[in-house]
Amino acid sequence: MRIGIDVGGTNTDAVLMDGQSVLGSAKTPTTANVTDGITGALGALLQESALDVDQVDGVMIGTTHFTNAVVERRDMTPTACIRLGLPATACLPPMVDWPDELRTAVGGMVCMVHGGHEFDGREISPLDPDEVRSTAAQIRDAGIDVIAISSVFSPVNAGFEEEAAAIVREVIPDATITLSSSIGRIGLLERENAAIMNGCLRRLAWQTINGFRAALADMHITAPFYISQNDGTLMAADFAADYPVLTFASGPTNSMRGAAFLSGLRDAIVVDVGGTTTDIGVLRHGFPRVAALAVEIGGVRTNFRMPDTYSIGLGGGSLVQSDPLQVGPRSVGYELTSRARVFGGEELTATDIVVAAGHEAIGDTARVGDLDNTFVTAVEERIEDMVNVAVDRMKTSATEVPVIVVGGGSILVRRKIAGASELVRPDHFPVANAIGAAIAQVGGECDQIFSLAEMSRDQALDRARQEAGDRAIAAGADADSVEIVEVEEVPLAYLPGNATRIMVKAVGDLVEGG
Amino acid sequence: MLSQVTVDDIHPIAIGAGILGTGGGGNPYLGSLHLRSVLEEFGPQPVLNPLTLPDDACLVVCGNVGAPTVSIEKLPQGREMAEAIIQLQKHIGRRFDAVVIAEIGGANSMQPLIAGRQLGIPTVDGDGMGRAFPEMQMSSFVFESEVSVAPFAIVDVAHRFALVPHTVSEKWGERVARNVAISMGARGALAGYVMNGVQLRATAVKHTLSLAHSLGCAVLAAQGDDVPAVVAERLQGKIIFRGKINDVDRRIVRGFARGSVSCVGFNGRDELDIAFQNEYLIAWLNGEVVATVPDLICMVTAETGEPVTTEMLRYGTRVVVIAVPSPAELRTEAALQVVGPPAFGYDVPWKPLPGGSIGLPLP
Repeated sequence: MRIGIDVGGTNTDAVLMDGQSVLGSAKTPTTANVTDGITGALGALLQESALDVDQVDGVMIGTTHFTNAVVERRDMTPTACIRLGLPATACLPPMVDWPDELRTAVGGMVCMVHGGHEFDGREISPLDPDEVRSTAAQIRDAGIDVIAISSVFSPVNAGFEEEAAAIVREVIPDATITLSSSIGRIGLLERENAAIMNGCLRRLAWQTINGFRAALADMHITAPFYISQNDGTLMAADFAADYPVLTFASGPTNSMRGAAFLSGLRDAIVVDVGGTTTDIGVLRHGFPRVAALAVEIGGVRTNFRMPDTYSIGLGGGSLVQSDPLQVGPRSVGYELTSRARVFGGEELTATDIVVAAGHEAIGDTARVGDLDNTFVTAVEERIEDMVNVAVDRMKTSATEVPVIVVGGGSILVRRKIAGASELVRPDHFPVANAIGAAIAQVGGECDQIFSLAEMSRDQALDRARQEAGDRAIAAGADADSVEIVEVEEVPLAYLPGNATRIMVKAVGDLVEGG
Repeated sequence: MLSQVTVDDIHPIAIGAGILGTGGGGNPYLGSLHLRSVLEEFGPQPVLNPLTLPDDACLVVCGNVGAPTVSIEKLPQGREMAEAIIQLQKHIGRRFDAVVIAEIGGANSMQPLIAGRQLGIPTVDGDGMGRAFPEMQMSSFVFESEVSVAPFAIVDVAHRFALVPHTVSEKWGERVARNVAISMGARGALAGYVMNGVQLRATAVKHTLSLAHSLGCAVLAAQGDDVPAVVAERLQGKIIFRGKINDVDRRIVRGFARGSVSCVGFNGRDELDIAFQNEYLIAWLNGEVVATVPDLICMVTAETGEPVTTEMLRYGTRVVVIAVPSPAELRTEAALQVVGPPAFGYDVPWKPLPGGSIGLPLP
């Protein structure tokens, strides 16, 4: 049996799953101390399902904790960046495109030294060990021990980054080092940005993962636990402590994967209504459609493959104004259960409207009895309009597609959406995120430039598939279950010899009890 | 009309250059970051009106040669372009009075401003394309054999250089430059097309830097309104389609990014197909040819009017497609031999859009 947990900004949800069936679920408020929230959710779940904890094979946790830390500029450890590539890249030093206040929050140093590779694997310049050593000494003398190392074309050849890391460790034995090649794809600034942010978050990640571990120990759960990452696959908890940046988009990914699982639909639009926002995404073949553009996190460009979602300021806690008629984007958020009218508060929220219309009996229904029927209908129509427009925006064609509604606030979406073939509100819809975490697989990726002058296209694709599959197995996938889910070829324009960039993603089921 | 480029002008120029890139030309983002740091250090870059340049002004054209995918990874050292200009000066034995933009569309819009500021010489308001094209012979400077790409110099990140004093044809010059750039790691800064003020006036697409700037300013000012309509108006073009990307087909043909994209109209009836090779080349609306290279086929996002490059094409993106008549310099018989649809391998005649000047008269 598996437990899936989603630690969101508002709620911490937990579900218990046995194979394909959901045995129980619990929703509790997220706490300032993440550990308490998990303990609370797990306690409620175990009580509800009367489960013997020895039967739990694994715990999968999805969290937006690290994304929020960057967005809120908190809990970031000073991090230095060493880039290998001189004389190339000199005019655009590391962190050149960061917002000033975030650069200050990170408070690190940026250093550029010789090294780097060409697209075809030649060296731009040789690595100079003495130069790296003296740079490391400067970083040590500045009192910094968290370091990100990037090198030009390290996704093609990571050798220089590894050599430089070994030299840095000679100078700073306790250094916490992140290599850009272990995180991102081609696109130097974006990959380097991700490596630096990862460095900044590692101390927080270590504390948080330990907090998760403590919460599980409190509940006497000894099964291994995993953290979900951007693409909906899992990483082992110890690995996640080293790579917190890989969790950045796990929230929307989990809710969409959960929606696919619960509804049994593989091609659909997912509308996830939370307390403050509604996120709309598109499922293709059971996986989220990925955004085409560079994704900014807290104002910093990264090249993670994030789900393509569109957000509007509509949720269960959205404030409703009468003149002029407006719903959201301001929201009472996680204070819904104290500030909304039906819960004894003074604010009129979207949830109050649903109750006033007689659709749901939540809280004290008498507290919204005074609302004028015409007004309630007008607000309902406004909400419907907002959802219709947003869904239409994400549709790929005029053909009607099924729409799956999930999330705690999804009681707001009552009627069929324009352009939808059907409106599906699956069982367990409020905890789709936690279910998405529970059903996740493990994956591996390969992103390299191949010269088709040296090998055939089929050989290059085979090599990329092999590499991606090996990485999935290394991440804990059962070798027999590994399948290739994504292959993208981008021929490099203007280069002879058919240089082609090949990106392959493989996923597989987690090794049982592994 | 621009008389100088300040830090505040960089963002609008990048937006305008991106739209004029007609899907190709690379992203001006990295170049604009570099230009920002150069202008912050040295102050604004002066811009010269091509119409008032002295007849005997000694001019050099510059741009990067390489692969866009490499340019996002191997960032420049920063003074390659200035070094290429210096090496070419040594070869011809004269100092250049100003720098000219090879290609206004996309990433190459930034380098001539950076190199000019580093060397203390102004940049001329005009270029050889008025858009983006994949190869160097596709330049208005050379269509009538008025000017040649050679002599030219190419410089790499370590300032190693190659100098080509002569070329037998512009196409051969392109081939040599391309191979030199590849041996330099698929990125080289090129300075060439040496010419005087008279030759520039006879060949260049004029005031395209100002056009990119005013286009970018208009896009920024129109946020929240119908941005694509503003783009069409500024470029004196016509919106030919509003809809969503429905299918993208990429093929590998001799190492070139070729493909086609099909879109479905918001009205649920219209279908638009566009053939591309780095840039958008031919558009068919409901099966009928509506725009052909060298006329500009600009694709922008429906909401913000930002350029959609061929690398960014993905299912479901909401786009507006604008057809813009190409400038007169690209419409001569000699020009069409090099940049008309057959030059890209399409058995479709050029179907001129009405008009023939690019952009509204500038303030």
